[in-house]
Amino acid sequence: MRMLAAVTGAVVLALAAWPAAAEVAPARQAKLKDMVAQDCGSCHGMTRQGGLGSPLRQEDLAKLSAEAVIETILEGRPGTPMPPWKAMLSREEAAWIAAYLMGELK
Amino acid sequence: MKRLAATVLGLGLGLGLLSACQPVLRGTGDLGLVVERADGRLMVVENSTSTKLASVSGLGDLSHAALVYSRDQRFAYVFGRDGGLTKVDILSGAIAGRVMQSGNSIGGAISQDGSLVAVANYTPGGIKVFDAATLEQVADIPAIGADGKASKVIGIADLSGRRFIYSLYDAGEIWIADLTDPKAPRLTKHTNIGKLPYDALITGDGRWYLAGLFGEDGIALLDLWNPDKGVKRILDHYGKGKEALPVYKMPHLRGWAVAGDEVWLPAIGHHQVLVVDKGKWTEKARVDVAGQPVFAMARPDGKQVWVNFALPDYSKVQVIDTQTKTVIKTLEPGLAILHMEFTAKGERVWLSARDSDKVVVYDTETLAPVAELPAVKPSGIFFTSRAGKTGL
Repeated sequence: MRMLAAVTGAVVLALAAWPAAAEVAPARQAKLKDMVAQDCGSCHGMTRQGGLGSPLRQEDLAKLSAEAVIETILEGRPGTPMPPWKAMLSREEAAWIAAYLMGELK
Repeated sequence: MKRLAATVLGLGLGLGLLSACQPVLRGTGDLGLVVERADGRLMVVENSTSTKLASVSGLGDLSHAALVYSRDQRFAYVFGRDGGLTKVDILSGAIAGRVMQSGNSIGGAISQDGSLVAVANYTPGGIKVFDAATLEQVADIPAIGADGKASKVIGIADLSGRRFIYSLYDAGEIWIADLTDPKAPRLTKHTNIGKLPYDALITGDGRWYLAGLFGEDGIALLDLWNPDKGVKRILDHYGKGKEALPVYKMPHLRGWAVAGDEVWLPAIGHHQVLVVDKGKWTEKARVDVAGQPVFAMARPDGKQVWVNFALPDYSKVQVIDTQTKTVIKTLEPGLAILHMEFTAKGERVWLSARDSDKVVVYDTETLAPVAELPAVKPSGIFFTSRAGKTGL
């Protein structure tokens, strides 16, 4: 029973992430993955365990909603070095990155 | 007689079979290290031939890795993001020692006498100090600010004596740790220096320590020849300014920014490099550049300053003539230029092109590329000539 609930949960999450992911072309997805590792990695660590920026491991982000993560990517965090990335990323791309970080995409 | 026989054999076989057990003697002054950050690996490179001599792997997470050299220029102390401190023997291309000293570190420094290595940590914050010979921990100094909270430590540098200077990012303080007696470190604290010092530099003469502030405009300055005068605020216009532009990569400050009696500083967020009078600490000029500068590095003779940029302009590098204060050339050496390093006398500069997976070497007079080395996602480049310089 518990397993069924977990499976249903996973399906719902996958469905929620699906539309955003579908709008980012595979070649761009590869670029975004690279950007997460290399450019986000400069502050958050290439293995995402944090640095000047906060850690971005799946368990660190679990307490946040996908929407909150997307907003942070696009708008930054005023008062901290986290810049708004909206000049370089579309909302769909930020959604794809949020899903990728939160473990909903491989 | 035995020695003669060995010499004859050595001459006869040259670099052949015998080299494994009887390495040819050589110095390290022509050598350096390139960080291949995604693979936790270092390349041992040679300036004169622009070649790789060896690879050293097993260094952990090297995103944002930095290193310092022993004073004999044989060993490098590598500070990994995962908190690893690794001592690398560049002559043998092997790891000579490694400790996991914290959860998360940002950089380090080696004492003036070469006996102590200090590591600046993000998590749990503070510094740890190690015996340079054995990597045995000799001191652990937490960075609890006046606010009572643990702080990330940035901008660490060596001072005269067995002293280190560093800044507390969260608390906004500058501390000096005196390890003359490592068992009882003496701390001098300067509080309220400004919000969020993100990096700092010490001039090569060891006199001036400048901490850039991210949380407000200006730079915190400490005159180490007159420390009693305390921390002074300079360059009130240095910073993000009224229209705070997004900063896509934090600028880096080090003593390499000094060219003659001028200090060249990357502006924060703005597409400019600032020229500051060293001593008066007033702004002399601003030079417009192609993007948000990350490193502004003076050629060792001070005649040129080379600048690289944050994304999206990070595939360009600009060369500024320091006399005319104009950009004399815009180069595109490869994709995502993360770092630059001049040879000791500055005739060449090496640039890491992360997304082109190569290191490119330029002649600094002709401003033309002269060599290329394949490298996997290269970041920092460090030549052994740093060993004799304060703050590097």
